[in-house]
Amino acid sequence: MSPAPDPRLQLALSGRLGPLAVDLRLDVPLAGVSLITGPSGAGKTTLLRCVAGLTRLEGEVSVASAVWQDRSRFLPPHRRPVGYVFQDARLFPHLSVRRNLGFGAERAGPGPRGALSLEAVADRLGLTPLLDRSTVALSGGERQRVAIGRALLSQPELLLMDEPTASLDTGARREVIALIGELARDLRMPVLLVSHDPGPVAHLASGHIQLEAGRIVRVSAMDGGGRDPIEGINEADRDALARAAVLAGLSPLPPGP
Amino acid sequence: MTEAVWTTLRLATVTTALLLLVATPLALWLARGRGWVREVVAAVTALPLVLPPTVLGFYLLLALAPGSPAMALLRPFGIESLAFTFAGLVIGSMIYSLPFAVQPIRNAFEAMGDAPWEAAATLRASPLDTLLNVALPLARRGLLSAGLLVFAHTVGEFGVVLMIGGAIPGRTDVVSTHMFQLVEASNTAQAGGLAAGLVAFSFLALVGVMLLDRRLGRVAG
Repeated sequence: MSPAPDPRLQLALSGRLGPLAVDLRLDVPLAGVSLITGPSGAGKTTLLRCVAGLTRLEGEVSVASAVWQDRSRFLPPHRRPVGYVFQDARLFPHLSVRRNLGFGAERAGPGPRGALSLEAVADRLGLTPLLDRSTVALSGGERQRVAIGRALLSQPELLLMDEPTASLDTGARREVIALIGELARDLRMPVLLVSHDPGPVAHLASGHIQLEAGRIVRVSAMDGGGRDPIEGINEADRDALARAAVLAGLSPLPPGP
Repeated sequence: MTEAVWTTLRLATVTTALLLLVATPLALWLARGRGWVREVVAAVTALPLVLPPTVLGFYLLLALAPGSPAMALLRPFGIESLAFTFAGLVIGSMIYSLPFAVQPIRNAFEAMGDAPWEAAATLRASPLDTLLNVALPLARRGLLSAGLLVFAHTVGEFGVVLMIGGAIPGRTDVVSTHMFQLVEASNTAQAGGLAAGLVAFSFLALVGVMLLDRRLGRVAG
């Protein structure tokens, strides 16, 4: 088989963060929404932070054909074309909504999605009436939409979202989730989405990365319906399934002529 | 008397401006740096807070006098002594007020934490860009407090300026030393006038800063 021409996110990182021994190995296609789940403290946020360059562990990170980290180099976060949506939005309180949205755009210059204008993004996110307001009085949902727009406008090749809906009420959560799905689809923006509760976002996902105690224990494709298709299951599951089939009296081999 | 008022305002303004320039990077490092060196520097920075002003003034006088090691360093620039000069007063005032400048700015940087730095970095802002366009604007109330405290502290200082300035009229005689001399000479009327003027000035300065602070808080805060 010839190597796939599709861009991939590849990383191999290890180290210690407080009490947690981290060993992260990942090689996934850079497309669609990849859901990152796991118990709290498993290293979900650490994985995102390492991709963004906010946390430094030993190892390698490459995105598409660009090496962001290896033995001899560590690209600082401001040189990595990622958008990061923090759980707590982290808007700049001294700037208006418009200047928050424009903050990354001014610094990134025109990117591969050069047509993305502040006005279009604001319109799409329903922020047009808020543009000249201070960010201080915004609701939780509005803040998160500004954070998403701000990240998108910085022309990222990859959008990292850390529990973007965790601090929102049910209505705002539904609205932001729908928005993430539309943006990922329409802009063909690869998204790594951390969620402790995959339920509401599972239908968006094309891939699923599961973490436990600092390790990636399972990577699977998802069919967009929230369940793994049979191709996506790992070897242990396939063995278990085969064993169950044999026990049930089925032949594991296709019947011969 | 007018001369003393003028010298005082000049000293307080110059000291505040220079000290903010020195204290801001120092406070940033104390708030965000690591290691034991930082703890030692933090303690040294706070020292003028607990030293009697006359002790500080005494050592400064030795350091600024002709023949001291500090002056030996300045000799190539044609400077023999800074004792009893306005420049010496500025240096003394800066050291004396250092903790009052560093602490509010350090607190402001510590209060904002890593969050704005990280958010700005993911939006392609370099550390310097983030400092100028995010961190300093967010720390503006700390900078304002620092400026006010240093200015007021410099107007009010006595021990240090008397030791290293010598109260020379027109050069190093400031309001506090001038008042002391008036009282010594039993000129209670003039001393009273000067005191009342200082009270009024301090009150107006405080009101002005409080209004400015509320305005900064309202614009975004």
